[in-house]
Amino acid sequence: MDAIRTTKLTKYYGKSRGITDLDLRVEEGEFFGYIGPNGAGKSTTVRTLLGLINATSGEAKIFNKDIVKDRKEILSDIGYLPSEAIFHAGMKVKDVLRFSAELRGKNCRTSAAELSERLQLETNRKVEELSFGNRKKVAIVCALQHDPRLLILDEPTGGLDPLMQKEFFDILRERNAVGTTVFLSSHVLSEIQHNCSRAAIIREGRIIACDKVEALARTNAKRVSLVGELNPEGAASCAGIRDLNLGKDSASFLFSGDMRDLIELLAISRIRDLSVSEPELEEVFLHYYEKEA
Amino acid sequence: MTIVKHELRQGRTALIIWTASIGFLMAICLFLFPEMKSQMEEVNEMFASMGSFTAAFGMDRLSFGTLTGFFSIECGNILGLGGAFFASLCAVGILSKEEKDKTAEFLLTHPVSRIRVITEKLIAVFLQITILNLIIYGLSLGCIVAIGEELPFKEITLFHIAYYLLQLELCGICFGISAFMRKNTAGVGIGIAVLMYFLNLVANITESAEFLKYATPFAYCEGADIVEAGKLDIKLIAIGLVLCLLGIVLAYVKYTKKDIH
Repeated sequence: MDAIRTTKLTKYYGKSRGITDLDLRVEEGEFFGYIGPNGAGKSTTVRTLLGLINATSGEAKIFNKDIVKDRKEILSDIGYLPSEAIFHAGMKVKDVLRFSAELRGKNCRTSAAELSERLQLETNRKVEELSFGNRKKVAIVCALQHDPRLLILDEPTGGLDPLMQKEFFDILRERNAVGTTVFLSSHVLSEIQHNCSRAAIIREGRIIACDKVEALARTNAKRVSLVGELNPEGAASCAGIRDLNLGKDSASFLFSGDMRDLIELLAISRIRDLSVSEPELEEVFLHYYEKEA
Repeated sequence: MTIVKHELRQGRTALIIWTASIGFLMAICLFLFPEMKSQMEEVNEMFASMGSFTAAFGMDRLSFGTLTGFFSIECGNILGLGGAFFASLCAVGILSKEEKDKTAEFLLTHPVSRIRVITEKLIAVFLQITILNLIIYGLSLGCIVAIGEELPFKEITLFHIAYYLLQLELCGICFGISAFMRKNTAGVGIGIAVLMYFLNLVANITESAEFLKYATPFAYCEGADIVEAGKLDIKLIAIGLVLCLLGIVLAYVKYTKKDIH
């Protein structure tokens, strides 16, 4: 069964675009990534699926139920983690967790305690006293405590330290292993690469690619920046270098070839400092722009 | 009733502060009455000779020297304005605050229908207004007994019912507005309450503006009218009730379809 299926889903805010003719299909049990730069329409998609905003046209189904007609039923199957975790002032963490469970008509005390323990969340503190990361943990517990069939995560790791991010993704993978569908919307490529089986890339409100993550990542280059002098002949003969910027005492380029070639090139260059990083998302998109043109 | 409980908890401090403030001011006024009464001659003369100002507050038809007159003018203004502010503020913020404080995303991604959210929030506001009025009503009766005056039970009760209805009317109107708003709602709430109050003052001052009486709920709270008639003006109240219901219906129509940001 499809966990999520949208057909020509379109949302305009007045005249400005949200998403256009979005066709998206996520199967039950998938760990699905949804990548795009800010303002591409990720949040619009999520908010439409959750029934917070109304689509201008098109339709969407979650577990074969219509997002407008069966909104309430659908929401009881979903755990949603918003990018900004904000709760009602004056409430203690445990009150928020209980309030959330009561709104679902469930008693989630055991799983709430378990999750709080794993995420090292103090449940006796007031939510407004919490740091951004700790508020995020509250939101994570709220999204997970009722054991939903579908998890929708919007930029989930903002504010979490690396250890917590690891714990969080461990939990997600455990849930996914027992059948929970995960829809992960993010602009952090590595998160998607390491966790998702399939992903869609959204740009300017349209899905421009949707494939297995390995297939998408194969096109993925590394951004190499160095201080020092890059061997000019070596650079010229090395395949896979794009977007080369030579400075006075520095160089920067995108590399998508064989790693051994890169290492050889670096070995014959005089380099004082080096960083190899994930390319900016925009750079990955360049590839898709090129393909379209 | 989860949301009702939640709202009552969220609004508890405000309710306590408003109830205490209105109650405190009314108690002070009532405890001043015995002393005022002894100087009534001068006071009455003074108040009766302020021209249209006198009419605005209905002091041309009521005597400050009687408890009902005093109560309807002094306490009426305190409870009238205070209650109107509380009801308006409470109602105008109840739906919009979720978007203003960015908590809407949390609340509305739970499996609760929008209709249930609206209904429970409305019940919560209704309960808060009712609690405030019951406490103030009890306090009024208690204070009058405490200062040793004879208790004009019927008049006092009618005053309180009228002010309660006034608050419900403002509550309904502001609730409707709340569904459309996302921020700065407090100003709108206070604005509506003040506007209604002044409409009534204007209607009292000039005969040509009397039609304004049909627009403001303060009209059916006029102490002099209530004392003279010995009952409330059902026609004015019915108009108010219709406005109140219109606001509520509008809230349902708008908020069930609204894009939440």
